[in-house]
Amino acid sequence: MGDFFKSRLFFVSLAVVIIASTLPLYVSGYVLGLLTVAYYFGVFAMSWDLLFGFAGEVNFGPTFLIGVGAYTAGILNNQYGWSVYLCIVLGALAAVVAGFVLALPALRVRGPYFGLTTLVAVLMLQNFIVVFADLTGGEIGLTIPDVISIDAGVNYWIALGFMTISAIILYGLSQSPIGLVLQASGQDPIQAGALGFNIVKHKLAAFVVSAFFSGLSGALLVFYFGTASVGTVVDIAVGVQVIVAAVLGGRRTVLGAALGAIFLIVAGEFLRPTGELATFIVSTVALLVILFFPNGFLGAALSHGARS
Amino acid sequence: MLAFQILIDGFAISALYALGATGFTLIFGVSGVLNLSHGAIMVLAAVAAWAAASVLHVDTYTGALIGVAVALVAAFATYFAVVQPIQKSTRIPNEEKEIFVLTGTLLWGIMIQELIAYFFTNNAKTVLPIIEGVIDILGVRTPRNEIFTAVVCCLVIALLWLMVNRTRTGKAVLAASMNPRGVTLLGLELGSIYVVVWAIYGILAGIAGVLLGMFLGVSSYSVGPLTASAFSIVVLGGLGSVSGSLIAAFVVGYLETLTAYLISPAYRTIPALLLLVAVMYVRPQGLLGRR
Repeated sequence: MGDFFKSRLFFVSLAVVIIASTLPLYVSGYVLGLLTVAYYFGVFAMSWDLLFGFAGEVNFGPTFLIGVGAYTAGILNNQYGWSVYLCIVLGALAAVVAGFVLALPALRVRGPYFGLTTLVAVLMLQNFIVVFADLTGGEIGLTIPDVISIDAGVNYWIALGFMTISAIILYGLSQSPIGLVLQASGQDPIQAGALGFNIVKHKLAAFVVSAFFSGLSGALLVFYFGTASVGTVVDIAVGVQVIVAAVLGGRRTVLGAALGAIFLIVAGEFLRPTGELATFIVSTVALLVILFFPNGFLGAALSHGARS
Repeated sequence: MLAFQILIDGFAISALYALGATGFTLIFGVSGVLNLSHGAIMVLAAVAAWAAASVLHVDTYTGALIGVAVALVAAFATYFAVVQPIQKSTRIPNEEKEIFVLTGTLLWGIMIQELIAYFFTNNAKTVLPIIEGVIDILGVRTPRNEIFTAVVCCLVIALLWLMVNRTRTGKAVLAASMNPRGVTLLGLELGSIYVVVWAIYGILAGIAGVLLGMFLGVSSYSVGPLTASAFSIVVLGGLGSVSGSLIAAFVVGYLETLTAYLISPAYRTIPALLLLVAVMYVRPQGLLGRR
Protein backbone atom coordinates (compact mmCIF):
# COMPACT_ATOMS: atom_id res chain seq x y z
CA MET A 1 0.00 0.00 0.00
CA GLY A 2 2.85 2.37 0.87
CA ASP A 3 4.17 2.26 -2.66
CA PHE A 4 0.80 3.14 -4.01
CA PHE A 5 0.86 6.65 -2.56
CA LYS A 6 4.10 7.33 -4.41
CA SER A 7 2.99 5.69 -7.66
CA ARG A 8 1.95 7.56 -10.74
CA LEU A 9 -1.44 5.87 -10.69
CA PHE A 10 -2.20 7.52 -7.35
CA PHE A 11 -1.38 11.01 -8.55
CA VAL A 12 -3.25 10.54 -11.80
CA SER A 13 -6.34 9.27 -9.92
CA LEU A 14 -6.10 12.12 -7.41
CA ALA A 15 -5.88 14.67 -10.21
CA VAL A 16 -8.79 13.08 -12.06
CA VAL A 17 -11.00 13.12 -8.95
CA ILE A 18 -10.12 16.75 -8.20
CA ILE A 19 -10.85 17.84 -11.75
CA ALA A 20 -14.05 15.79 -11.78
CA SER A 21 -15.26 17.38 -8.55
CA THR A 22 -15.03 20.87 -10.05
CA LEU A 23 -17.13 19.93 -13.10
CA PRO A 24 -20.49 21.19 -11.72
CA LEU A 25 -19.03 24.72 -11.78
CA TYR A 26 -18.84 24.90 -15.54
CA VAL A 27 -20.67 22.11 -17.34
CA SER A 28 -24.40 21.77 -18.00
CA GLY A 29 -26.85 19.72 -15.96
CA TYR A 30 -27.18 17.34 -18.86
CA VAL A 31 -23.51 16.31 -18.73
CA LEU A 32 -23.69 16.05 -14.94
CA GLY A 33 -26.71 13.76 -15.14
CA LEU A 34 -24.92 11.53 -17.60
CA LEU A 35 -21.80 11.31 -15.44
CA THR A 36 -23.86 10.68 -12.29
CA VAL A 37 -25.29 7.53 -13.86
CA ALA A 38 -21.84 6.61 -15.19
CA TYR A 39 -20.31 6.85 -11.69
CA TYR A 40 -22.91 4.53 -10.19
CA PHE A 41 -22.23 2.16 -13.06
CA GLY A 42 -18.55 2.45 -12.28
CA VAL A 43 -19.22 1.06 -8.80
CA PHE A 44 -21.17 -1.86 -10.32
CA ALA A 45 -18.23 -2.65 -12.57
CA MET A 46 -15.65 -2.33 -9.79
CA SER A 47 -17.57 -4.68 -7.49
CA TRP A 48 -17.82 -7.14 -10.34
CA ASP A 49 -14.11 -6.92 -10.99
CA LEU A 50 -13.33 -7.75 -7.35
CA LEU A 51 -15.20 -11.00 -7.81
CA PHE A 52 -13.94 -11.86 -11.29
CA GLY A 53 -10.48 -10.35 -11.48
CA PHE A 54 -9.43 -11.49 -8.04
CA ALA A 55 -11.58 -14.39 -6.95
CA GLY A 56 -11.67 -15.70 -10.54
CA GLU A 57 -15.43 -16.25 -10.41
CA VAL A 58 -17.50 -15.15 -13.41
CA ASN A 59 -20.61 -13.62 -11.97
CA PHE A 60 -23.15 -13.42 -14.81
CA GLY A 61 -25.67 -11.94 -12.46
CA PRO A 62 -24.30 -8.66 -11.15
CA THR A 63 -27.80 -7.32 -11.68
CA PHE A 64 -29.19 -9.81 -9.16
CA LEU A 65 -27.29 -8.05 -6.39
CA ILE A 66 -27.90 -4.60 -7.89
CA GLY A 67 -31.59 -5.34 -8.41
CA VAL A 68 -32.16 -6.67 -4.89
CA GLY A 69 -30.55 -3.55 -3.41
CA ALA A 70 -32.43 -1.22 -5.72
CA TYR A 71 -35.84 -2.82 -5.35
CA THR A 72 -35.59 -3.33 -1.58
CA ALA A 73 -34.80 0.33 -1.10
CA GLY A 74 -37.47 1.37 -3.58
CA ILE A 75 -40.24 -0.82 -2.17
CA LEU A 76 -39.55 0.24 1.43
CA ASN A 77 -39.73 3.86 0.40
CA ASN A 78 -42.79 3.36 -1.77
CA GLN A 79 -44.77 1.22 0.73
CA TYR A 80 -43.76 2.59 4.10
CA GLY A 81 -42.37 5.99 3.24
CA TRP A 82 -39.26 5.44 5.35
CA SER A 83 -36.50 7.99 4.99
CA VAL A 84 -34.28 7.79 1.94
CA TYR A 85 -31.07 7.04 3.84
CA LEU A 86 -32.62 4.27 5.93
CA CYS A 87 -33.98 2.70 2.73
CA ILE A 88 -30.58 2.88 1.05
CA VAL A 89 -28.84 1.22 3.99
CA LEU A 90 -31.50 -1.49 4.18
CA GLY A 91 -31.23 -2.01 0.42
CA ALA A 92 -27.49 -2.56 0.70
CA LEU A 93 -28.03 -4.98 3.60
CA ALA A 94 -30.64 -6.88 1.60
CA ALA A 95 -28.13 -7.19 -1.24
CA VAL A 96 -25.57 -8.59 1.21
CA VAL A 97 -28.07 -11.18 2.44
CA ALA A 98 -29.00 -12.02 -1.17
CA GLY A 99 -25.33 -12.31 -2.07
CA PHE A 100 -24.78 -14.64 0.86
CA VAL A 101 -27.74 -16.83 -0.09
CA LEU A 102 -26.59 -16.93 -3.72
CA ALA A 103 -22.95 -17.54 -2.88
CA LEU A 104 -23.50 -20.52 -0.61
CA PRO A 105 -24.81 -22.88 -3.30
CA ALA A 106 -23.02 -21.12 -6.14
CA LEU A 107 -19.53 -21.45 -4.67
CA ARG A 108 -19.92 -25.22 -4.55
CA VAL A 109 -19.56 -25.19 -8.32
CA ARG A 110 -16.98 -23.61 -10.58
CA GLY A 111 -16.53 -22.02 -13.97
CA PRO A 112 -19.52 -22.13 -16.30
CA TYR A 113 -21.72 -23.72 -13.64
CA PHE A 114 -21.12 -20.82 -11.29
CA GLY A 115 -21.87 -18.45 -14.15
CA LEU A 116 -25.14 -20.19 -14.88
CA THR A 117 -26.26 -20.23 -11.24
CA THR A 118 -25.80 -16.49 -11.06
CA LEU A 119 -27.56 -16.05 -14.41
CA VAL A 120 -30.53 -18.08 -13.18
CA ALA A 121 -30.69 -15.88 -10.09
CA VAL A 122 -31.24 -12.86 -12.34
CA LEU A 123 -33.95 -14.63 -14.34
CA MET A 124 -35.71 -15.62 -11.10
CA LEU A 125 -35.56 -12.08 -9.76
CA GLN A 126 -36.97 -10.82 -13.05
CA ASN A 127 -39.85 -13.32 -12.89
CA PHE A 128 -40.44 -12.48 -9.26
CA ILE A 129 -40.73 -8.78 -10.04
CA VAL A 130 -43.21 -9.42 -12.85
CA VAL A 131 -45.30 -11.89 -10.83
CA PHE A 132 -45.54 -9.71 -7.72
CA ALA A 133 -46.45 -6.66 -9.75
CA ASP A 134 -48.62 -5.18 -6.96
CA LEU A 135 -45.56 -4.73 -4.80
CA THR A 136 -42.87 -4.12 -7.38
CA GLY A 137 -44.67 -2.25 -10.13
CA GLY A 138 -44.08 -5.18 -12.50
CA GLU A 139 -42.87 -4.43 -15.98
CA ILE A 140 -43.88 -0.79 -15.84
CA GLY A 141 -41.54 -0.04 -12.96
CA LEU A 142 -41.77 1.17 -9.42
CA THR A 143 -42.32 4.84 -8.71
CA ILE A 144 -40.29 6.15 -5.82
CA PRO A 145 -41.75 9.16 -4.03
CA ASP A 146 -38.53 10.52 -2.51
CA VAL A 147 -35.29 11.52 -4.17
CA ILE A 148 -31.93 12.31 -2.60
CA SER A 149 -31.78 15.78 -4.08
CA ILE A 150 -33.24 17.63 -7.02
CA ASP A 151 -30.06 19.59 -7.63
CA ALA A 152 -27.95 18.11 -10.45
CA GLY A 153 -24.72 19.33 -8.83
CA VAL A 154 -25.48 17.72 -5.45
CA ASN A 155 -26.45 14.45 -7.08
CA TYR A 156 -23.26 14.55 -9.07
CA TRP A 157 -21.11 15.16 -6.00
CA ILE A 158 -22.81 12.35 -4.09
CA ALA A 159 -22.18 9.97 -6.99
CA LEU A 160 -18.58 11.08 -7.39
CA GLY A 161 -17.91 10.86 -3.65
CA PHE A 162 -19.54 7.47 -3.44
CA MET A 163 -17.53 6.17 -6.39
CA THR A 164 -14.28 7.53 -4.98
CA ILE A 165 -14.84 6.01 -1.53
CA SER A 166 -15.88 2.67 -3.07
CA ALA A 167 -12.84 2.75 -5.33
CA ILE A 168 -10.51 3.38 -2.37
CA ILE A 169 -12.03 0.55 -0.33
CA LEU A 170 -12.24 -1.94 -3.22
CA TYR A 171 -8.77 -1.10 -4.53
CA GLY A 172 -7.31 -1.21 -1.04
CA LEU A 173 -8.94 -4.57 -0.45
CA SER A 174 -7.64 -5.93 -3.74
CA GLN A 175 -4.07 -4.90 -2.88
CA SER A 176 -4.28 -6.18 0.70
CA PRO A 177 -3.24 -9.69 1.79
CA ILE A 178 -6.89 -10.71 1.42
CA GLY A 179 -6.75 -9.64 -2.24
CA LEU A 180 -3.62 -11.70 -2.75
CA VAL A 181 -5.22 -14.79 -1.23
CA LEU A 182 -8.25 -14.23 -3.47
CA GLN A 183 -6.04 -13.94 -6.50
CA ALA A 184 -4.20 -17.11 -5.54
CA SER A 185 -7.42 -19.04 -4.99
CA GLY A 186 -8.73 -17.80 -8.33
CA GLN A 187 -5.67 -18.99 -10.21
CA ASP A 188 -4.92 -22.25 -8.44
CA PRO A 189 -7.50 -23.15 -5.80
CA ILE A 190 -5.86 -26.45 -4.87
CA GLN A 191 -2.47 -24.96 -4.19
CA ALA A 192 -3.95 -21.99 -2.34
CA GLY A 193 -5.92 -24.41 -0.19
CA ALA A 194 -2.83 -26.52 0.40
CA LEU A 195 -1.03 -23.42 1.69
CA GLY A 196 -3.62 -23.30 4.44
CA PHE A 197 -5.94 -20.55 3.24
CA ASN A 198 -9.65 -21.03 3.61
CA ILE A 199 -10.67 -20.42 0.01
CA VAL A 200 -14.40 -20.64 0.53
CA LYS A 201 -14.31 -18.12 3.35
CA HIS A 202 -12.28 -15.67 1.29
CA LYS A 203 -14.49 -16.05 -1.76
CA LEU A 204 -17.58 -15.68 0.36
CA ALA A 205 -16.14 -12.48 1.81
CA ALA A 206 -15.41 -11.19 -1.71
CA PHE A 207 -18.96 -12.02 -2.73
CA VAL A 208 -20.41 -10.21 0.28
CA VAL A 209 -18.26 -7.12 -0.30
CA SER A 210 -19.19 -7.14 -3.97
CA ALA A 211 -22.86 -7.51 -3.03
CA PHE A 212 -22.68 -4.67 -0.52
CA PHE A 213 -21.30 -2.15 -3.00
CA SER A 214 -23.53 -3.34 -5.85
CA GLY A 215 -26.63 -3.08 -3.66
CA LEU A 216 -25.66 0.28 -2.22
CA SER A 217 -24.99 1.66 -5.68
CA GLY A 218 -28.23 0.19 -7.02
CA ALA A 219 -30.20 1.78 -4.17
CA LEU A 220 -28.56 5.16 -4.74
CA LEU A 221 -29.25 4.89 -8.45
CA VAL A 222 -33.00 4.35 -8.03
CA PHE A 223 -33.22 7.31 -5.67
CA TYR A 224 -31.48 9.34 -8.33
CA PHE A 225 -33.79 8.14 -11.10
CA GLY A 226 -36.89 8.29 -8.91
CA THR A 227 -37.96 4.98 -10.40
CA ALA A 228 -36.86 1.36 -10.41
CA SER A 229 -37.56 -0.84 -13.40
CA VAL A 230 -36.40 -4.19 -14.71
CA GLY A 231 -34.87 -2.48 -17.75
CA THR A 232 -32.59 -0.21 -15.70
CA VAL A 233 -31.37 -2.35 -12.79
CA VAL A 234 -32.22 -6.03 -13.35
CA ASP A 235 -32.23 -6.91 -17.04
CA ILE A 236 -29.47 -9.21 -18.28
CA ALA A 237 -28.50 -6.52 -20.78
CA VAL A 238 -27.54 -4.27 -17.85
CA GLY A 239 -25.44 -7.08 -16.40
CA VAL A 240 -23.74 -7.56 -19.74
CA GLN A 241 -22.90 -3.87 -19.79
CA VAL A 242 -21.33 -4.15 -16.34
CA ILE A 243 -19.22 -7.13 -17.41
CA VAL A 244 -18.16 -5.47 -20.65
CA ALA A 245 -17.22 -2.32 -18.74
CA ALA A 246 -14.98 -4.25 -16.36
CA VAL A 247 -13.26 -6.27 -19.08
CA LEU A 248 -12.91 -3.22 -21.30
CA GLY A 249 -11.34 -1.10 -18.58
CA GLY A 250 -8.95 -3.84 -17.67
CA ARG A 251 -9.73 -6.76 -15.45
CA ARG A 252 -7.93 -7.15 -12.17
CA THR A 253 -7.33 -3.40 -11.92
CA VAL A 254 -10.56 -2.37 -10.10
CA LEU A 255 -10.00 1.26 -11.10
CA GLY A 256 -10.05 0.34 -14.78
CA ALA A 257 -13.56 -1.05 -14.34
CA ALA A 258 -14.82 2.39 -13.37
CA LEU A 259 -13.03 3.84 -16.37
CA GLY A 260 -14.66 1.29 -18.66
CA ALA A 261 -18.11 2.02 -17.24
CA ILE A 262 -17.74 5.76 -17.72
CA PHE A 263 -16.50 5.15 -21.27
CA LEU A 264 -19.45 2.89 -22.09
CA ILE A 265 -22.08 5.30 -20.79
CA VAL A 266 -20.52 8.39 -22.34
CA ALA A 267 -19.81 6.65 -25.66
CA GLY A 268 -23.39 5.39 -25.76
CA GLU A 269 -24.60 8.96 -25.32
CA PHE A 270 -22.25 10.41 -27.94
CA LEU A 271 -23.42 7.81 -30.44
CA ARG A 272 -27.06 8.56 -29.78
CA PRO A 273 -27.37 10.44 -33.13
CA THR A 274 -26.54 7.17 -34.91
CA GLY A 275 -29.77 5.80 -33.46
CA GLU A 276 -30.05 2.06 -33.27
CA LEU A 277 -26.47 1.55 -34.38
CA ALA A 278 -25.12 2.97 -31.09
CA THR A 279 -25.13 -0.37 -29.26
CA PHE A 280 -23.65 -2.05 -32.32
CA ILE A 281 -20.73 0.36 -32.44
CA VAL A 282 -20.05 0.13 -28.70
CA SER A 283 -20.09 -3.69 -28.80
CA THR A 284 -17.82 -3.71 -31.84
CA VAL A 285 -15.30 -1.45 -30.11
CA ALA A 286 -15.50 -3.60 -26.98
CA LEU A 287 -14.94 -6.79 -29.00
CA LEU A 288 -11.94 -5.27 -30.78
CA VAL A 289 -10.44 -4.17 -27.46
CA ILE A 290 -10.91 -7.66 -26.06
CA LEU A 291 -9.31 -9.25 -29.13
CA PHE A 292 -6.37 -6.87 -29.52
CA PHE A 293 -5.83 -5.35 -26.05
CA PRO A 294 -7.00 -8.11 -23.73
CA ASN A 295 -5.72 -6.21 -20.71
CA GLY A 296 -8.13 -3.36 -21.31
CA PHE A 297 -7.54 0.40 -21.18
CA LEU A 298 -5.88 0.60 -17.80
CA GLY A 299 -4.02 -2.68 -18.24
CA ALA A 300 -2.53 -1.42 -21.52
CA ALA A 301 -1.65 1.96 -19.99
CA LEU A 302 -0.02 0.39 -16.93
CA SER A 303 2.06 -2.14 -18.85
CA HIS A 304 3.16 0.64 -21.21
CA GLY A 305 4.16 2.77 -18.23
CA ALA A 306 6.11 -0.12 -16.73
CA ARG A 307 8.03 -0.69 -19.94
CA SER A 308 9.04 2.91 -20.62
CA MET B 1 -58.33 -33.55 -24.35
CA LEU B 2 -56.15 -31.13 -22.43
CA ALA B 3 -53.75 -33.96 -21.67
CA PHE B 4 -53.33 -34.70 -25.40
CA GLN B 5 -52.94 -31.02 -26.13
CA ILE B 6 -50.14 -30.74 -23.57
CA LEU B 7 -48.58 -33.95 -24.86
CA ILE B 8 -48.51 -32.73 -28.46
CA ASP B 9 -47.54 -29.11 -27.89
CA GLY B 10 -44.98 -30.11 -25.31
CA PHE B 11 -43.42 -32.58 -27.71
CA ALA B 12 -43.02 -30.02 -30.50
CA ILE B 13 -41.52 -27.43 -28.14
CA SER B 14 -39.21 -29.98 -26.54
CA ALA B 15 -38.00 -31.29 -29.90
CA LEU B 16 -37.20 -27.76 -30.97
CA TYR B 17 -35.37 -27.05 -27.70
CA ALA B 18 -33.46 -30.30 -28.15
CA LEU B 19 -32.33 -29.39 -31.65
CA GLY B 20 -31.35 -25.88 -30.56
CA ALA B 21 -29.34 -27.17 -27.62
CA THR B 22 -27.62 -30.05 -29.42
CA GLY B 23 -25.31 -27.91 -31.50
CA PHE B 24 -24.51 -25.76 -28.48
CA THR B 25 -23.55 -28.76 -26.36
CA LEU B 26 -21.59 -30.36 -29.23
CA ILE B 27 -19.33 -27.32 -29.51
CA PHE B 28 -18.74 -27.31 -25.80
CA GLY B 29 -18.10 -31.03 -25.65
CA VAL B 30 -15.54 -30.98 -28.46
CA SER B 31 -13.77 -27.65 -28.13
CA GLY B 32 -14.76 -26.38 -24.68
CA VAL B 33 -16.37 -23.26 -26.12
CA LEU B 34 -19.59 -21.88 -24.69
CA ASN B 35 -20.94 -19.90 -27.61
CA LEU B 36 -23.09 -17.12 -26.17
CA SER B 37 -23.95 -15.82 -29.65
CA HIS B 38 -26.09 -18.95 -30.09
CA GLY B 39 -29.43 -17.17 -29.81
CA ALA B 40 -28.30 -14.48 -32.24
CA ILE B 41 -27.33 -17.08 -34.85
CA MET B 42 -30.70 -18.83 -34.51
CA VAL B 43 -32.59 -15.56 -34.89
CA LEU B 44 -30.37 -14.59 -37.82
CA ALA B 45 -31.30 -17.82 -39.62
CA ALA B 46 -35.00 -17.20 -39.08
CA VAL B 47 -34.79 -13.56 -40.16
CA ALA B 48 -32.79 -14.54 -43.27
CA ALA B 49 -35.45 -17.09 -44.21
CA TRP B 50 -38.14 -14.49 -43.61
CA ALA B 51 -36.33 -11.84 -45.63
CA ALA B 52 -35.66 -14.24 -48.50
CA ALA B 53 -39.37 -15.06 -48.69
CA SER B 54 -40.76 -11.55 -48.27
CA VAL B 55 -38.10 -9.44 -50.00
CA LEU B 56 -36.66 -11.74 -52.67
CA HIS B 57 -39.98 -13.62 -53.10
CA VAL B 58 -38.45 -17.08 -53.24
CA ASP B 59 -40.54 -20.10 -52.28
CA THR B 60 -40.55 -21.35 -48.70
CA TYR B 61 -38.13 -24.24 -49.31
CA THR B 62 -35.48 -21.97 -50.85
CA GLY B 63 -36.13 -19.47 -48.08
CA ALA B 64 -35.50 -22.09 -45.42
CA LEU B 65 -32.32 -23.21 -47.21
CA ILE B 66 -31.07 -19.63 -47.38
CA GLY B 67 -31.73 -19.30 -43.64
CA VAL B 68 -29.67 -22.39 -42.87
CA ALA B 69 -26.89 -21.25 -45.20
CA VAL B 70 -26.72 -17.85 -43.49
CA ALA B 71 -26.48 -19.56 -40.11
CA LEU B 72 -23.62 -21.70 -41.43
CA VAL B 73 -21.75 -18.61 -42.58
CA ALA B 74 -22.44 -16.91 -39.23
CA ALA B 75 -21.13 -19.94 -37.35
CA PHE B 76 -17.89 -19.89 -39.36
CA ALA B 77 -17.60 -16.15 -38.82
CA THR B 78 -18.01 -16.69 -35.07
CA TYR B 79 -15.29 -19.30 -35.07
CA PHE B 80 -12.75 -17.56 -37.30
CA ALA B 81 -13.31 -13.96 -36.23
CA VAL B 82 -13.94 -14.34 -32.51
CA VAL B 83 -13.22 -17.75 -31.01
CA GLN B 84 -10.04 -18.73 -32.84
CA PRO B 85 -8.22 -15.39 -32.35
CA ILE B 86 -8.92 -15.59 -28.61
CA GLN B 87 -7.78 -19.21 -28.38
CA LYS B 88 -4.60 -18.48 -30.30
CA SER B 89 -3.83 -15.21 -28.55
CA THR B 90 -0.57 -15.19 -26.63
CA ARG B 91 -1.54 -12.17 -24.60
CA ILE B 92 -4.45 -13.85 -22.86
CA PRO B 93 -3.42 -16.30 -20.12
CA ASN B 94 -4.75 -19.80 -20.75
CA GLU B 95 -6.85 -19.99 -17.60
CA GLU B 96 -8.70 -16.84 -18.61
CA LYS B 97 -9.48 -17.84 -22.20
CA GLU B 98 -12.82 -19.26 -21.16
CA ILE B 99 -14.11 -15.93 -19.87
CA PHE B 100 -12.74 -14.14 -22.93
CA VAL B 101 -14.55 -16.53 -25.24
CA LEU B 102 -17.71 -15.98 -23.20
CA THR B 103 -17.41 -12.19 -23.32
CA GLY B 104 -16.31 -12.19 -26.96
CA THR B 105 -19.16 -14.36 -28.22
CA LEU B 106 -21.59 -12.41 -26.07
CA LEU B 107 -20.51 -9.15 -27.73
CA TRP B 108 -20.59 -10.81 -31.12
CA GLY B 109 -24.16 -11.93 -30.43
CA ILE B 110 -25.14 -8.39 -29.45
CA MET B 111 -23.60 -7.09 -32.69
CA ILE B 112 -25.65 -9.55 -34.78
CA GLN B 113 -28.77 -8.70 -32.78
CA GLU B 114 -28.31 -4.96 -33.27
CA LEU B 115 -27.68 -5.36 -37.00
CA ILE B 116 -30.88 -7.38 -37.34
CA ALA B 117 -32.76 -4.71 -35.39
CA TYR B 118 -31.25 -2.00 -37.58
CA PHE B 119 -32.01 -3.55 -40.95
CA PHE B 120 -35.19 -5.46 -40.18
CA THR B 121 -36.59 -3.59 -37.10
CA ASN B 122 -37.46 -5.13 -33.76
CA ASN B 123 -40.83 -6.42 -34.92
CA ALA B 124 -41.59 -10.08 -34.53
CA LYS B 125 -41.29 -12.02 -37.77
CA THR B 126 -42.99 -15.27 -38.62
CA VAL B 127 -41.49 -17.33 -41.40
CA LEU B 128 -44.13 -18.78 -43.75
CA PRO B 129 -44.44 -22.46 -42.84
CA ILE B 130 -43.41 -25.02 -45.43
CA ILE B 131 -46.53 -27.06 -44.73
CA GLU B 132 -49.75 -25.24 -43.98
CA GLY B 133 -53.09 -26.31 -42.65
CA VAL B 134 -54.47 -27.93 -39.54
CA ILE B 135 -54.95 -31.58 -38.72
CA ASP B 136 -57.05 -33.29 -36.09
CA ILE B 137 -55.13 -35.64 -33.77
CA LEU B 138 -57.28 -37.40 -31.16
CA GLY B 139 -59.59 -34.42 -30.98
CA VAL B 140 -56.81 -31.84 -30.77
CA ARG B 141 -56.61 -29.38 -33.63
CA THR B 142 -52.89 -29.26 -34.41
CA PRO B 143 -51.22 -27.16 -37.11
CA ARG B 144 -49.48 -29.44 -39.60
CA ASN B 145 -46.50 -27.14 -39.22
CA GLU B 146 -46.16 -28.17 -35.57
CA ILE B 147 -45.95 -31.83 -36.57
CA PHE B 148 -43.51 -30.95 -39.32
CA THR B 149 -41.32 -29.13 -36.78
CA ALA B 150 -41.29 -32.09 -34.42
CA VAL B 151 -40.57 -34.57 -37.23
CA VAL B 152 -37.73 -32.52 -38.73
CA CYS B 153 -36.15 -32.00 -35.31
CA CYS B 154 -36.21 -35.72 -34.54
CA LEU B 155 -34.91 -36.60 -38.03
CA VAL B 156 -32.01 -34.15 -37.81
CA ILE B 157 -31.04 -35.37 -34.36
CA ALA B 158 -31.19 -38.97 -35.60
CA LEU B 159 -29.01 -38.07 -38.59
CA LEU B 160 -26.52 -36.40 -36.28
CA TRP B 161 -26.44 -39.51 -34.12
CA LEU B 162 -25.79 -41.66 -37.19
CA MET B 163 -23.08 -39.33 -38.36
CA VAL B 164 -21.28 -39.21 -35.04
CA ASN B 165 -21.44 -42.94 -34.46
CA ARG B 166 -21.20 -44.40 -37.96
CA THR B 167 -18.99 -42.19 -40.13
CA ARG B 168 -15.26 -41.63 -39.98
CA THR B 169 -15.54 -37.87 -39.56
CA GLY B 170 -18.14 -38.30 -36.85
CA LYS B 171 -15.97 -40.74 -34.96
CA ALA B 172 -13.09 -38.29 -35.12
CA VAL B 173 -15.36 -35.62 -33.63
CA LEU B 174 -16.41 -38.01 -30.87
CA ALA B 175 -12.79 -38.91 -30.18
CA ALA B 176 -11.82 -35.24 -29.99
CA SER B 177 -14.47 -34.68 -27.33
CA MET B 178 -13.05 -37.53 -25.28
CA ASN B 179 -9.34 -36.88 -25.60
CA PRO B 180 -8.04 -34.08 -27.85
CA ARG B 181 -4.40 -34.99 -27.31
CA GLY B 182 -5.02 -38.61 -28.19
CA VAL B 183 -6.62 -37.54 -31.46
CA THR B 184 -3.60 -35.43 -32.39
CA LEU B 185 -1.29 -38.32 -31.59
CA LEU B 186 -3.25 -40.47 -34.03
CA GLY B 187 -2.38 -37.99 -36.76
CA LEU B 188 -5.72 -36.22 -37.05
CA GLU B 189 -5.71 -32.46 -37.43
CA LEU B 190 -7.55 -31.02 -34.43
CA GLY B 191 -8.08 -27.74 -36.28
CA SER B 192 -10.02 -29.36 -39.09
CA ILE B 193 -12.15 -31.31 -36.61
CA TYR B 194 -13.10 -27.99 -35.01
CA VAL B 195 -14.07 -26.62 -38.42
CA VAL B 196 -16.29 -29.66 -39.01
CA VAL B 197 -17.91 -29.21 -35.59
CA TRP B 198 -18.61 -25.55 -36.24
CA ALA B 199 -20.12 -26.48 -39.61
CA ILE B 200 -22.40 -29.03 -37.94
CA TYR B 201 -23.24 -26.43 -35.32
CA GLY B 202 -24.11 -23.83 -37.95
CA ILE B 203 -26.45 -26.21 -39.77
CA LEU B 204 -28.14 -27.35 -36.55
CA ALA B 205 -28.59 -23.80 -35.26
CA GLY B 206 -29.84 -22.73 -38.70
CA ILE B 207 -32.46 -25.46 -38.92
CA ALA B 208 -33.55 -24.82 -35.33
CA GLY B 209 -33.77 -21.09 -36.00
CA VAL B 210 -35.81 -21.43 -39.20
CA LEU B 211 -38.18 -23.92 -37.55
CA LEU B 212 -38.55 -21.61 -34.57
CA GLY B 213 -39.36 -18.77 -36.96
CA MET B 214 -42.10 -20.87 -38.55
CA PHE B 215 -43.47 -22.25 -35.30
CA LEU B 216 -43.39 -19.34 -32.85
CA GLY B 217 -41.88 -16.41 -34.75
CA VAL B 218 -38.77 -14.53 -33.70
CA SER B 219 -37.66 -10.97 -33.09
CA SER B 220 -34.31 -9.50 -32.15
CA TYR B 221 -35.56 -9.53 -28.54
CA SER B 222 -35.60 -13.35 -28.53
CA VAL B 223 -31.78 -13.49 -28.77
CA GLY B 224 -31.10 -13.32 -25.03
CA PRO B 225 -33.82 -15.73 -23.89
CA LEU B 226 -32.83 -18.24 -26.62
CA THR B 227 -29.21 -18.27 -25.51
CA ALA B 228 -30.25 -18.49 -21.87
CA SER B 229 -32.60 -21.41 -22.50
CA ALA B 230 -29.99 -23.32 -24.53
CA PHE B 231 -27.46 -22.65 -21.78
CA SER B 232 -29.78 -23.88 -19.03
CA ILE B 233 -30.87 -26.97 -20.95
CA VAL B 234 -27.26 -27.88 -21.61
CA VAL B 235 -26.20 -27.35 -18.00
CA LEU B 236 -29.23 -29.26 -16.74
CA GLY B 237 -28.31 -32.18 -18.97
CA GLY B 238 -24.63 -31.99 -18.17
CA LEU B 239 -22.21 -29.84 -20.15
CA GLY B 240 -20.95 -31.63 -23.23
CA SER B 241 -23.31 -34.58 -22.93
CA VAL B 242 -25.56 -34.68 -26.01
CA SER B 243 -27.93 -37.33 -24.65
CA GLY B 244 -28.14 -35.43 -21.37
CA SER B 245 -29.21 -32.27 -23.13
CA LEU B 246 -31.83 -34.19 -25.14
CA ILE B 247 -33.38 -35.45 -21.91
CA ALA B 248 -33.10 -32.00 -20.35
CA ALA B 249 -34.76 -30.40 -23.39
CA PHE B 250 -37.80 -32.64 -22.96
CA VAL B 251 -37.93 -32.08 -19.20
CA VAL B 252 -37.80 -28.30 -19.66
CA GLY B 253 -40.17 -28.31 -22.66
CA TYR B 254 -42.86 -30.34 -20.90
CA LEU B 255 -42.44 -28.50 -17.61
CA GLU B 256 -42.97 -25.18 -19.39
CA THR B 257 -45.96 -26.45 -21.37
CA LEU B 258 -47.56 -27.96 -18.26
CA THR B 259 -47.11 -24.73 -16.33
CA ALA B 260 -48.43 -22.63 -19.18
CA TYR B 261 -51.57 -24.77 -19.60
CA LEU B 262 -52.33 -25.71 -16.00
CA ILE B 263 -51.23 -22.67 -14.00
CA SER B 264 -50.67 -19.57 -16.09
CA PRO B 265 -48.55 -18.62 -19.09
CA ALA B 266 -47.04 -15.85 -16.93
CA TYR B 267 -45.33 -18.44 -14.70
CA ARG B 268 -44.12 -20.47 -17.70
CA THR B 269 -40.37 -20.42 -17.06
CA ILE B 270 -40.34 -20.41 -13.24
CA PRO B 271 -40.60 -24.18 -12.47
CA ALA B 272 -37.85 -24.94 -14.99
CA LEU B 273 -35.58 -22.37 -13.34
CA LEU B 274 -36.33 -23.77 -9.88
CA LEU B 275 -35.56 -27.27 -11.13
CA LEU B 276 -32.31 -26.01 -12.58
CA VAL B 277 -31.28 -24.47 -9.25
CA ALA B 278 -32.22 -27.67 -7.42
CA VAL B 279 -30.19 -29.81 -9.84
CA MET B 280 -27.22 -27.47 -9.58
CA TYR B 281 -27.36 -27.79 -5.83
CA VAL B 282 -27.68 -31.56 -5.62
CA ARG B 283 -25.81 -32.59 -8.74
CA PRO B 284 -23.71 -29.70 -10.08
CA GLN B 285 -22.46 -31.68 -13.07
CA GLY B 286 -25.99 -31.98 -14.46
CA LEU B 287 -28.10 -35.06 -15.16
CA LEU B 288 -25.64 -37.01 -17.30
CA GLY B 289 -22.52 -34.89 -16.97
CA ARG B 290 -19.15 -36.23 -16.00
CA ARG B 291 -16.53 -34.23 -14.21
